[in-house]
Amino acid sequence: MAGKNMSIAKALNESLRKALDTDPKVLIMGEDVGKLGGVFRVTDGLHKDFGEDRVIDTPLAESGIVGTAIGLALRGYRPVVEIQFDGFVFPAYDQIVTQLAKMYARALGKIKLPVVVRIPYGGGIGAVEHHSESPEALFAHVAGLKVVSPSNASDAYWMMQQAIQSDDPVIFFEPKRRYWDKGEVDTDAIPHPLHKAKVAREGSDLTLAAYGPMVKVCLEAAAAAAEEGKSVEVLDLRSMSPIDFDSVQTSVEKTRRLVVVHEAPVFLGTGAEIAARITERCFYHLEAPVLRVGGYHVPYPPARLEDEYLPGLDRVLDAVDRSLAY
Amino acid sequence: MTVESTAATRKPRRSSKRAGAARTPKAPDEPQLVQLLTPEGERVEHPEYEVDLTPEELRGLYRDMVLTRRFDAEATSLQRQGELGLWASLLGQEAAQIGSGRALRDDDYVFPTYREHGVAWCRGVDPTNLLGMFRGVNHGGWDPNSNNFHLYTIVIGSQTLHATGYAMGIVKDGADSAVVAYFGDGASSQGDVAEAFTFSAVYNAPVVFFCQNNQWAISEPTEKQMRVPLYQRAQGFGFPGVRVDGNDVLACLAVTKSALERARRGEGPTLVEAYTYRMGAHTTSDDPTKYRTDDERQAWEAKDPIQRLKTYLEKQKFADEAFFTGLETESETLGKRVREAVRAMPDPDSLAMFENTHADGHALVDEERAQFAAYQASFADSDEEGN
Ligand SMILES: Cc1ncc(C[n+]2csc(CCOP(=O)(O)OP(=O)(O)O)c2C)c(N)n1
Repeated sequence: MAGKNMSIAKALNESLRKALDTDPKVLIMGEDVGKLGGVFRVTDGLHKDFGEDRVIDTPLAESGIVGTAIGLALRGYRPVVEIQFDGFVFPAYDQIVTQLAKMYARALGKIKLPVVVRIPYGGGIGAVEHHSESPEALFAHVAGLKVVSPSNASDAYWMMQQAIQSDDPVIFFEPKRRYWDKGEVDTDAIPHPLHKAKVAREGSDLTLAAYGPMVKVCLEAAAAAAEEGKSVEVLDLRSMSPIDFDSVQTSVEKTRRLVVVHEAPVFLGTGAEIAARITERCFYHLEAPVLRVGGYHVPYPPARLEDEYLPGLDRVLDAVDRSLAY
Repeated sequence: MTVESTAATRKPRRSSKRAGAARTPKAPDEPQLVQLLTPEGERVEHPEYEVDLTPEELRGLYRDMVLTRRFDAEATSLQRQGELGLWASLLGQEAAQIGSGRALRDDDYVFPTYREHGVAWCRGVDPTNLLGMFRGVNHGGWDPNSNNFHLYTIVIGSQTLHATGYAMGIVKDGADSAVVAYFGDGASSQGDVAEAFTFSAVYNAPVVFFCQNNQWAISEPTEKQMRVPLYQRAQGFGFPGVRVDGNDVLACLAVTKSALERARRGEGPTLVEAYTYRMGAHTTSDDPTKYRTDDERQAWEAKDPIQRLKTYLEKQKFADEAFFTGLETESETLGKRVREAVRAMPDPDSLAMFENTHADGHALVDEERAQFAAYQASFADSDEEGN
């Protein structure tokens, strides 16, 4: 099925299927992941084909899901757990932060914690509260965790393979409003390294750095800017821990301008870290301060307001203009 | 002595037998519990639990308890001497730990809290390994797989879920080993423990929840944690709970063995509440005189787990004077070895903090390690210039 066109959700599904197929130690766990195939159907059909020993419907207990996954990993399994929605990861946050992230160090490297925590995240689907959040910075801040987010079907497929193969715990943020976006997936390709950024569009006047759901918005912004004669490069970061600062630096040394875009609140977010590091690394190259576009420091608003909250084309283009005006 | 087992799976024969037994209302400080050796050192029978040990095996249990107590005392004094930053003493809980620890098979797995020094002893973990984290040279520091004894867990209750997950893995592997999760009465209030009960029941996981009810969670008495006796809680989750005299090493051994066998037979989890007492402070930072009375402690001292076995060994003539003096010498040797090992424990190299953060490496950690190393090297240079 090399070079197949499929949605992000389908790509994840195929990727999980391949992992279950090739490694008997891989397990899928979570609420409704079995017969239903997950509320987003990412695990669709896996229960039927691999059985309830491999694709496990769990009690409704997030701490229990991650905590038992840790125990299974200690026994030699590679659990891939699904947290149903971003806002429900917090009961498990304790297990993730105090246990999953630290156990490898505490054992001086003698044990491995190959647990993947899948979290459908972000807004734009008109959901009720706790179903639209972007808590990635809270996880990226914790040493011992790796945090990634694909923006397209090919990356979804390959990054999931790599996350499962990683001996480290990986928090895998899935951009839920892009689940149905389709793209080409070459399942025979040689994958891009998991924590390396990708240039999604070449440009020379300014760099837009984004990940997950915002990559598409940035590509649209770059296309719109091109009509006005501005050449905008779009960098898909793909990994929030570690962040591939080298690729950001390379791009900024070329374009001399950087705008970071994410859905999460700007305050103390991923963009803040990138702005600080790039200012340090590229001080003499920069023609403008690094700008950030993102969410506000408020609870994620009710659905009728989310278009105002989420960075859209106009806010991104406005930041592009502000940067170019320096 | 009635067994207060809340067994969903128990045979009716037994429960009818128990139902017929006269029940005396229980005094708050005298719970009904499984006992095989009274505080006076008398061997008693129990209708459901039995141990049949040779004099040598009994001396072995005694030796385990004495050496564990000696190790614990040494660690406490090492803390007083500034060699350890903190110590969590197990004083008074030796029977609960040695009894349950000696019930284990080599291929069983243990998930402890931070006080299971006696269980560690039974697992063959070198006691000096336990001191690294209290001295501050690491956060655990041993390979859990070398003795099937997981790292100490400080966040109370967390490890009950790890134990359950591990036990779920045993089922998947088709193995017949079992897991013991240790936790305290205070920890029983944590959500993770309830989630562990749920998961273990639902997946029929071979895990024994071994709660040492030592009456206190730092300064909070059990009445601040629960309104029904702890062991009864298991019933609501669909597995048996049993309360055992935690100061009776024989009863702890028998009850844990039986729970482990049940787990091995594929009958799922058991909650064992070892009713005991923490005779020392919660940790060396704690001051128990602020919240409990001398009377209470003295009442429990009369039930000392080591003394009662000693009385029994002496009465039965299972151990002679030479055994006891030999053990004293062995204790002193252990104390000395521990003291010397701790004093010789080097501080970790400062770059060690960057090690083992990730199995597959991490660019930021690599970058910061290099920066830190360069920063340190800059001092080495200036030292040289100064010389
Ligand atoms: C989640 C969490 N909250 C608070 C603490 C601080 N703390 C450490 S031990 C303890 C009391 C635990 O009591 P219990 O579970 O009865 O065990 P014991 O120490 O008596 O063996 C507390 C509150 C902690 N370690 N973890």
